[in-house]
Amino acid sequence: MSGILNSSIGRKIAMALSALFLIFFLIIHLAVNITSLFSADLFNELSHFMGTNPLVQFALQPVLVLGVIFHFIMGFVLEIKNKKAVGNISYKRNNGAANSSWMSRNMIYSGIAILAFLILHFIDFWVPEMNHKYIEVLPEDPTRYFGELQHKFVPIWRVAAYVVAFIFLSLHLMHGFTSSLQSMGVSAIRKKFYKNFGLVYSIVIPLGFIIIALFHHFNH
Amino acid sequence: MSGKGMNLTLQIWRQKDANDKGKMVDYKVTDISEHMSFLEMMDVLNEQLVNSGEEPVAFDHDCREGICGMCSMYINGEAHGPDRGITTCQLHMRMFNDGDTITIEPFRAAAFPVIKDLVVDRMAFERIQQAGGFISVNTSGNTQDANSLPISKHAADEAMDAATCIGCGACVATCKNSSAMLFVGAKVSQYALLPQGQVEAADRVKNMVAQMDLEGFGNCTNTGACEIECPKGISLDNIARMNREFMAANIKG
Repeated sequence: MSGILNSSIGRKIAMALSALFLIFFLIIHLAVNITSLFSADLFNELSHFMGTNPLVQFALQPVLVLGVIFHFIMGFVLEIKNKKAVGNISYKRNNGAANSSWMSRNMIYSGIAILAFLILHFIDFWVPEMNHKYIEVLPEDPTRYFGELQHKFVPIWRVAAYVVAFIFLSLHLMHGFTSSLQSMGVSAIRKKFYKNFGLVYSIVIPLGFIIIALFHHFNH
Repeated sequence: MSGKGMNLTLQIWRQKDANDKGKMVDYKVTDISEHMSFLEMMDVLNEQLVNSGEEPVAFDHDCREGICGMCSMYINGEAHGPDRGITTCQLHMRMFNDGDTITIEPFRAAAFPVIKDLVVDRMAFERIQQAGGFISVNTSGNTQDANSLPISKHAADEAMDAATCIGCGACVATCKNSSAMLFVGAKVSQYALLPQGQVEAADRVKNMVAQMDLEGFGNCTNTGACEIECPKGISLDNIARMNREFMAANIKG
């Protein structure tokens, strides 16, 4: 494994695999959350399943946490390595917009914005959840999830932070979706099908999360 | 044509030698014809500098017909300047306007150190080629007939497209990560697509990628800038193919 990560293409493939895993995870996450728009019962049921199923809790959850950690640590490692490859003197004039998208040139910044959001998101939902289940071991109430979700989106500052974060997520995905496929050896970046699919994905998924946050802010 | 040409301000990177710190210096050129190539305009400037007893600007150039890959300037923030599908020598002054300020810098990357002014050392590309960019065949009088190994038209075309890479280094210069993957992808692909390249395919991609990393080129993040700036239009597909070749070579062990 370390041998693979010593190679530039190996790192690229590892980065892409973790990205594709997270891209898949976002679909699951949105699918569960979207039920909260029309059925509190269904949302509670799904959340209870996700929160108590041992396979989800002790197999998928650790993989997800490690996947996120690997993706952002690798992102920083690549940024540092690439800065070194560029050297000390930068161009006095560089017209990046002439040949590449803003999103592709600023993945590190959209990534940092998403990482900052993830810290907030973990403090908001994951830490209380872990505390509830494994530290204080409070009695499980299968109907508590919907109320907790509504409660979180009462303060407008949190809704605003989430909306801004999802816009950065969208920008990150606009490059990241096709880029991860390209790294895996699929010529995705210039192909219409993948480009359009990636664009739809990177707008629909974050927009879904934005709608959920706004919906619960205005309907509680 | 006197009096009808363009008057331009040139901001050029001047650096005495590899150890000099270097800086941008402003020059004026007058009465530049729009029909001149960019390098002819540089010749005019250098003549002016020589006549006034100054050191001329050193820059790489050779064939001046877009096929050798020697010329290597970063003009107005783009490798080989603002035009597409051309090297600097094929850039013409009609792409600019009277009164313009044009910035001219060397190709920059840690693996392409400046030798003098606009001349950079691109020997790293040679060393990558030497690591695997060849096929080992005995050519001492017993070469096969070209038609004894049928090759599909599609594969032959794609291999030929990859082989048009002239190794100028514009991909590295334009990449925000100073990655050489378009160059190495093209060199790997031109053999990977042909039966003659299969025997050494796994070693080739592993050795060339290892040498690329050793030279200190960066990690590709698929911005696609290299393909846009490449004078030969080398496709990003070649990078994807190299990734596949690399995966296959490592899985096979």
